[in-house]
Amino acid sequence: MSRLLAALLIALLLGPIVWMLAASVLPENEIFSGAPVHGLTSASLDHYRALFDERGFLLPIRNSLIVAGLTTLIALPCATLCAYALARLPMRGKGLFLALLLAVSMFPQISVVAPLFLVLRASGLIDTYPGLVLPYVTFTMPLAVWLLTGFFRQLPRDLEDAAMIDGASRLRVIRDVVLPLAAPGLASTAILMFLYCWNEFLFALSFTFGPDHQTVPVAIALFRGRYQIAWGEVLAGAAVATLPVVIVVLAFQRRIVAGLTSGAIKG
Amino acid sequence: MSTIAAEAVERIYPGRHVGIAGIDLDVADGELLVLVGPSGCGKSTLLRLIAGLDSPTAGRILIDGADVTAVPPQQRDLAMVFQSYALYPHMTVYDNLAYSLRVRRSDRATIDARVAAAAEALDLEPLLDRRPAQLSGGQRQRVALGRALVREPKAFLLDEPLSNLDPSLRTQARAEILRLQRKLGATMIYVTHDQEEALTLGHRVAVMREGRLEQVATPTELYDRPANTFVAGFIGSPAMNLLPAVSLGIGAPPDSIVGIRPHDALLSGNGVRATVDVLEPRGHDTVVHLRLEAAGSPEFVITVRESAPTPGSTVNVSWKSDRLHSFDAQGRRRSASP
Repeated sequence: MSRLLAALLIALLLGPIVWMLAASVLPENEIFSGAPVHGLTSASLDHYRALFDERGFLLPIRNSLIVAGLTTLIALPCATLCAYALARLPMRGKGLFLALLLAVSMFPQISVVAPLFLVLRASGLIDTYPGLVLPYVTFTMPLAVWLLTGFFRQLPRDLEDAAMIDGASRLRVIRDVVLPLAAPGLASTAILMFLYCWNEFLFALSFTFGPDHQTVPVAIALFRGRYQIAWGEVLAGAAVATLPVVIVVLAFQRRIVAGLTSGAIKG
Repeated sequence: MSTIAAEAVERIYPGRHVGIAGIDLDVADGELLVLVGPSGCGKSTLLRLIAGLDSPTAGRILIDGADVTAVPPQQRDLAMVFQSYALYPHMTVYDNLAYSLRVRRSDRATIDARVAAAAEALDLEPLLDRRPAQLSGGQRQRVALGRALVREPKAFLLDEPLSNLDPSLRTQARAEILRLQRKLGATMIYVTHDQEEALTLGHRVAVMREGRLEQVATPTELYDRPANTFVAGFIGSPAMNLLPAVSLGIGAPPDSIVGIRPHDALLSGNGVRATVDVLEPRGHDTVVHLRLEAAGSPEFVITVRESAPTPGSTVNVSWKSDRLHSFDAQGRRRSASP
């Protein structure tokens, strides 16, 4: 029974992805004809070729990588220090702060698009990389801080005490003991941040004007022409956009799962 | 090595349990002082205050006579062995041992030499490349000890370092700690909940209960002249019999409490009548649980070396009157008793 349910769930999850991959290699007129079910004899990489040769899809990929990468690079260290302070240092109103943080991260994005647009235009950041990175950092931080606080709290406190007795300053304790042990947590938080930026659509659409700084989701959305939608290319683009996500998750999977703290305390 | 002192130290946790209060303690240079008490008595709290991992709400901590109450743990130059060992799991044994020296920017040669010396003293040489996860409990314990040793600190603080070892290893490790302490002449504060460990290890033993010091004395003094009924009952195994004087028919002040250690009582022709309840043979002797024929039939425990009585039979118990401990109604030792 449970096997059946698992199979059903996998089919539900993988179905659209299989369909996307299949349709991205079929000629436009066969996509809706049911052909993917009957075989892939007419399959070709034409859509992918068109994607890169005619549409210049490398540019949005580059933009996405830069924006998502920069955001992660900036937000992760900030979130780490903030979360460590919340997890370990004696402070008043920690609970309230964490609750506020969660509340802020639930804010509907659309409600801040207009004010943010005005702010960014006034500071000349519309249609630039920083114009996307700044909002992304502020929007990924709350969740990251929330997640990392949880990870840090789980670490055995004795280890940090031992390092301080050994003479290490607070920052050194973080560098030498906390970060290596929290690596799985840091990796998964970084992935979540990266994916948030990679998939984000509303800000990317609102704060960019032309292809120079458009990210992958915006580029794909703008494939639709006036009279028709180039489904083959849209799906090929979607497949290409999914690829880095899959690679990143697979690469870090073992790191995320590995219980790094084993052996620290009695076993 | 150094002296350590606590003056009127108090640590109150707001809104929670008592913490500790009114602690005055002096540890001499080269002394091994054991802090002992039931769990939750505040012994680990006191150790953390001395280490600087926690701050007292009142009172002072002194190292070598200097007030270090406001000095962070990094600068107190004390070494600590944790109950959980707290080995850095992502570092090899060598790196675990070397960490404190690296933090202090010792040069490579010094680090190598000190780690080698500690590893030799504790038989860790074949393990230096392993990680904590690849070590047995006893090996981890020795690494934890070694990490304190390489430091050559002012004093060692040990927080129940042996409680995670099985009994045979524990005796062995205890002897090892004792040997190291005597060899180095190290000032050491050793926390344990095991009264036997306290008696065998300590130059002096400080007994704590509910955040207060009950008595600080040498093991012999503690055993022979416990300051109150708590210490009397906590130190020694099986525990001292503590009974109202009237139930033993002793002509002491009527409200006083009398204490008799199990091995100071014997089965004899005359004395207080009692029924044999259960027997616990221990090899070299037998612990006999008796029910006295007095109001409420209180339990009375004795140890006998030879023929143990049969359970259910009636016997007479007597005791050496010069080995009686006498306490007043508040549980304080009467000065008249031996």
